[in-house]
Amino acid sequence: MTSDTTVPSSATDQGWGKLNSRLLLVNLSFLGAPVGMFLASLVLTGGEANLQVIITSASLFVTFLIISGIGLMRLFTTRYLLTEDRLEFRSGLLFRSRRSIPVGRIRGVDLTAKPFHRIFGLTTLRIDTGEQSSSVGGCTLDGISKAEAHELSRRIIALRDAGRIRPAADDDSVICRLDWSWLRYGPLTVWGVGGVFIAAGSTYRVLNDLNVNPLELGVVKDLERRFGSVPLWYGILVTVLVIVVLGMLGSTATFIENWAGYELRREDGGILRIRRGLLATRSVSIEEHHLRGLELVEPIPLRWAGGAKLNAVATGLGGEDENRSRRALTSPTPRAEALRVAAEALPVGPGLIERGDLLGHPRAALRRRVNRALIWAVLIAAVPFGLGLWLGTGFIVAGVITGVVLVPILVAFAFNAYRTLGHGLRGRYLVASSGAFAHRTVALQREAIIGWKISRTAFQRRAGLLTVGATTAAGEGVYRVHDVTEGQGIAFAETAVPGLLAPFIERVPDRG
Amino acid sequence: MERDDNLRLRPPRHRVDRRALGWWTLQSTLFALPLPLTFGILWATIPPTREFFMWATLISCLPGLLYMAVMPAWRYRVHRWEATDDAVYAASGWLWQQWRVVPLSRVQTVDTLRGPIQQMFGLSGVTVATASSSGAVKIKGIDHKVAEALVEYLAARVQAAPGDAT
Repeated sequence: MTSDTTVPSSATDQGWGKLNSRLLLVNLSFLGAPVGMFLASLVLTGGEANLQVIITSASLFVTFLIISGIGLMRLFTTRYLLTEDRLEFRSGLLFRSRRSIPVGRIRGVDLTAKPFHRIFGLTTLRIDTGEQSSSVGGCTLDGISKAEAHELSRRIIALRDAGRIRPAADDDSVICRLDWSWLRYGPLTVWGVGGVFIAAGSTYRVLNDLNVNPLELGVVKDLERRFGSVPLWYGILVTVLVIVVLGMLGSTATFIENWAGYELRREDGGILRIRRGLLATRSVSIEEHHLRGLELVEPIPLRWAGGAKLNAVATGLGGEDENRSRRALTSPTPRAEALRVAAEALPVGPGLIERGDLLGHPRAALRRRVNRALIWAVLIAAVPFGLGLWLGTGFIVAGVITGVVLVPILVAFAFNAYRTLGHGLRGRYLVASSGAFAHRTVALQREAIIGWKISRTAFQRRAGLLTVGATTAAGEGVYRVHDVTEGQGIAFAETAVPGLLAPFIERVPDRG
Repeated sequence: MERDDNLRLRPPRHRVDRRALGWWTLQSTLFALPLPLTFGILWATIPPTREFFMWATLISCLPGLLYMAVMPAWRYRVHRWEATDDAVYAASGWLWQQWRVVPLSRVQTVDTLRGPIQQMFGLSGVTVATASSSGAVKIKGIDHKVAEALVEYLAARVQAAPGDAT
């Protein structure tokens, strides 16, 4: 082994951990992608490799070669060392970087294994230091063996917690485990249908780049001919059905990929640990004192089936996107199960995130929602109606029917959204609920509120309403109470965090 | 509950600088002018379509001019700020208005930012950031001397305030 002689004292790699050499194989297997695509295009075009195909494939190959090269560089230069009080990283050849993270500042240790990593028994360890809006907040060791990663993560947490007083260690228990009957909620996510379009779009682009015109392929031509030979309404109906079925299959597959092996447990020393994933396994740990609240989400198809999802509102889950992919505490589950998990994760009494006795909002909030529903109905109906003025009466009739059907549906949604609105204080928590298509109920620790963001649109101003946002370092950064009267909202904010707003409140005697 | 009805937020104590009116007006031209300018050039250069582009130019001017006439004055009425011993409080916006309050004990950083146009007017903006990704209070369009004094005051107060700001 060639040791790094430019570093003066302690120059040897004694005691420093390295990335696993099997990472070499992972990097080489990336090269399979461009080669495979080249072969596929040869098959599709019947063996004619023209210049464009060769150039595209070659440039892809070079790109992947560079990516592999960077990966190899990382493999050979990354070193890490865990001492009593800090975790040190060294990496890079041309641009050397050293990072040293005090063990006490580490908020979370996550293990994630991408599919290729898993084949070779590797995993990625991520250290989180809890800075919300910067990419330098964490550190990753991409490609160490699974056993090593588990050992390291255990040692880091043990070292960090050595100096702290912890609740008794006998509460290492499973809170929730995947029940395969929940697979029935798999098809009920809206992403599936969008996913079909995304998949179709990217297939088209890849084929196009390989100089295969997708519209000229035999399969597509055949479909086109069939579509032409049946009545238009039948064709559209079948197309919609096919897309919906494909979408449901897609979201079921996503559910399995995301949630196979799901388990939520409370570990030694007050840590909630979520493990899940089939091909890519994820493990997220949230320290209980970073858990600042919970969020119950019920998007529409799921709600109709009596299901819900539970999210954590916690600090140290990374920036906006990372927070979104790591905050889930449960898969889509029966509502009662989500509430049970909520009560176990935050044992502060029953019914923390239920609508229950939350205060309702003024009638003006209902009027806003109904108006919005009517405007949308009119706008949507106006499209075929407008086309009809130009193209003929058929579209005008379609426009009128659309409007007549949409108005009651959207108004029903408006009433439902109004009934969902609610806010209140439950002990140490502020609870707010809202949403039309997806109902969201959030409980946020009042001590975690670090400011107010109160806003009012021109329309809200006319209706005498405003929206009160509580800003926090956890979760999405701000949680809102929508459409309350000015007095109600301000009094609520002042009660939730006494003293903060008080100097800026005044009384208007002539308004009551 | 009835007693809450006559509560309201009072406006923060200080207005932004008068020069902010000029700054916002100049900014609004960036939004208002490109479309009418494009139509105007077409009007001048393509004779056969002269009538169409004349109307296009005139009509596309309207929303822009309206925006330029209304937005700066309206903003000037709304934008206000105040720093007390314990908190920063600022109001902003025009059609969509916002009031933000941050306790000094939760402040993480205090920055000033002066864009080129703000510099032309001798103005400055102060951003008071917290650990929340959407909790920053931004005070824009105040005199840059006032901004410096404000930053100094806040920096001193923030250091004195206890707590770890999360």
